Amino acid sequence: MSPTDFILWPVLAALLFFTRKQALMKPLLALTLLLLYNRFCSPGFFDLEIKEGHLYGRLIDILNQGAKVMLLALGMSLVIATGGVDLSVGAIMAVAGAVLAQGVAARGWSPATAITAALGVSALLGLWNGLLVAFLRIQPIVATLILMVAGRGLAMLITDGQIINFENPSLVFLGNGYFLGLPFTLTLVLVMLGLTAFLTRRTALGLFLEATGDNETACRYAGLPARNVKFLTYVFAAFCAGLAGLIATSNIKSADANNIGLYLELDAILAVVVGGAALTGGRFHLLAAMVGALFIQTLTTTLYAANVSADIAPVPKALVIIAVCLLQSPVLRPKLAKLLAKKERPA
Amino acid sequence: MPPLLQLRGVSKRFTGVVALDGVDFNAYSGKVHALMGENGAGKSTLIKALTGVHPRDAGEITLDGKHISPTSPREAEAVGVSTVYQEVNLIPDLSIAENICLGRQPKRLGLLRWAGIRERARAALARLGLEKLDVNQTLSACSIAIQQLVALARALDVDAKVLILDEPTSSLDAREVEELFAVVRKLRDQGMAIIFVSHFLDQVYSLADRITVLRNGKLVGEYIAAQLPRLQLVAHMMGRNLAEVEALQHRAPPGTPPGKTILETKQLGRKGSIEPTDLHVRQGEVLGFAGLLGSGRSELARLLFGVDHATSGELHVDGEKTSFGSPRDAIQRGFAFTPEDRKIQAILPNLTVRENLVIALQARRGLWSRLPRAEQDALVEKFIKVLKIKTSGPEQLIKNLSGGNQQKVILARWLVTEPRLLILDEPTRGIDVGAQADIERLLAELRDQGLAIVFICSDASELSRNSQRLIVLRDHAKVADLAGADVSEHGVMHAIAHSGPSAP
Repeated sequence: MSPTDFILWPVLAALLFFTRKQALMKPLLALTLLLLYNRFCSPGFFDLEIKEGHLYGRLIDILNQGAKVMLLALGMSLVIATGGVDLSVGAIMAVAGAVLAQGVAARGWSPATAITAALGVSALLGLWNGLLVAFLRIQPIVATLILMVAGRGLAMLITDGQIINFENPSLVFLGNGYFLGLPFTLTLVLVMLGLTAFLTRRTALGLFLEATGDNETACRYAGLPARNVKFLTYVFAAFCAGLAGLIATSNIKSADANNIGLYLELDAILAVVVGGAALTGGRFHLLAAMVGALFIQTLTTTLYAANVSADIAPVPKALVIIAVCLLQSPVLRPKLAKLLAKKERPA
Repeated sequence: MPPLLQLRGVSKRFTGVVALDGVDFNAYSGKVHALMGENGAGKSTLIKALTGVHPRDAGEITLDGKHISPTSPREAEAVGVSTVYQEVNLIPDLSIAENICLGRQPKRLGLLRWAGIRERARAALARLGLEKLDVNQTLSACSIAIQQLVALARALDVDAKVLILDEPTSSLDAREVEELFAVVRKLRDQGMAIIFVSHFLDQVYSLADRITVLRNGKLVGEYIAAQLPRLQLVAHMMGRNLAEVEALQHRAPPGTPPGKTILETKQLGRKGSIEPTDLHVRQGEVLGFAGLLGSGRSELARLLFGVDHATSGELHVDGEKTSFGSPRDAIQRGFAFTPEDRKIQAILPNLTVRENLVIALQARRGLWSRLPRAEQDALVEKFIKVLKIKTSGPEQLIKNLSGGNQQKVILARWLVTEPRLLILDEPTRGIDVGAQADIERLLAELRDQGLAIVFICSDASELSRNSQRLIVLRDHAKVADLAGADVSEHGVMHAIAHSGPSAP
């Protein structure tokens, strides 16, 4: 037994036991099971050490590495709630990284200017997506596919096809620094989560998003600005992607247009789905999507810890995700419930 | 003669709600058997329990003396029980032939035999006297009435002993209903047992031999149609006594004299949808739109609410010329609109009663000014009580409510915005007598409170009962203005039949 055990398991158990949100149960359960597996099969997985006042260890890596998908999943949750999807967030990450590196390394901008520019460009790309989907009514999957493909080209254009390195300490801090003993990225995620939760639950945005995803025609008749709401979600998703792109770029201290954020849009969509949201729109659950993102990151780290090579890692990853999705299947779930002879809960 | 189909003690409960409580039902071959009841009485549940859509909790079904227990509509069809549902349950992008044979296509060596499919479809349509229909036509290109008949043909393509018609007429006009009934009578005479679910009393009395009434999931009784007076039937359905029902039949007394004009149109029209039209609506009066289905009533209403854009003419609100770019503009001026197609244009099925109720008010307040939860709860509680909305609670999903109660929630959605002009497009379609009486009473109350109301309704007697003035539409144009004594069923019929085309 390590000190970690005394904190982690009671916390997870308490969360599972006390959560009143049905939506949070399943991803949390999946995450707990995965961590339990690691507790017994991955030696050293839970070791934490304190160096120079900072926490290090696999668990911290998961939080740090998972930050990107968590940020993406925040934006993706809102987009999916309206019945859309944004495939371009991975490419937008690359563009944000390219702007940041090019600004600092080649143009000599200050970090603040470069960060503002990178986030601004990301939001602009989101504007484009939103315009196509909300106002020109192109199917989201097609509309965002355009930037998914073209975005990396755009990033290449910005960096002249080079991998641009930078050493600016403020920018390096963004993805590698520590704040209050924990990775700074975690603070970023918490701030963004708080902001998103505030925006969706303290204003009417959450209701508008779910209503739009549920029946857009009825929303128009009820005088709800469904198009503007949709439009905004794409801008917000792109902004989150820009932030994730800054972290990814800072992680490796260089802008690599070909690899930054590669396939991360899929991880983000998966995180939202594991979090119990339907791709047809409607209800969304931010916290559950966050747990979903952590689950996916933990899975990746688990495979890494088990020395599964990166090339074949997608296979076991896919298997676990299939299992999680089966847990949510409306056909299988009742049967499983019967099998476990648990008390039936209203859906 | 024993009944062909017998249901004994059928029960069904959904999480906490008893939908059917030991219901018995009989259907005899060669007879039309009407199943009546208010919305939420359990008619649809009974049909679904019979056809295997919902598993029964208790009870037995016998067909021709044999026990049957279908677990899906397909199994029900296989034993001889076919159903035509309220909404056309076909695939609009496929051809008529494909729709009729879908799922049981003639095949050879695992490949489709197209000639066989068409032949079989033609034969099925011929049974209904529709030999002339082109089976290669795409279904969506046909009128709703034809689609309904195609659905019927599909139901009869298998060897049906029992045919269930679940509100088949709600989207048909009078002539189409007669065509459908002619076919149904033919099938009855061939010895089929027909179960007919409908809200329209006229139709039930013109078609049914026997009537079974359900209320709150329980059997009220089984009656011979010819021996059951209409008012008695209504009283059975509502669970009230005759005197109460008779009181409802009277015309609402004219309220206070109308106030100032809220809305006026001058030659307002939209190309291809409604000819230029003049009308005005005043505070404290109900203006009815009369006309047949498809005469342009809904199109005109959509123009008034900014859903569609006018291509000609002017719109004046409070005497001031204006134009609506979207419903939002109309809502800002205090307009409200309950659209015709509740399912597609009004309800947010997977959201709660509370969310459905506050959405319009919240939309008007805007994104940043969220209605506090306590206020939402108070509003919902109030309107559930005032409108007698039957729901297990404010957090129930609206899709789990019956049609009449959904309609009440939609009405409440607009009432909380405290509108000055209320446009109601077929607010009583597909809902039961009790809810209809509630809505008619509410209409008179709102009018007396000084609201301006536009009321659209296919039932001329209901329309004239509730309106102070009428405009009559035909072929996408206004053909007459009716006021005073002309506001009557006869006045409407006369205007539709005899007014000149597009009278100015």
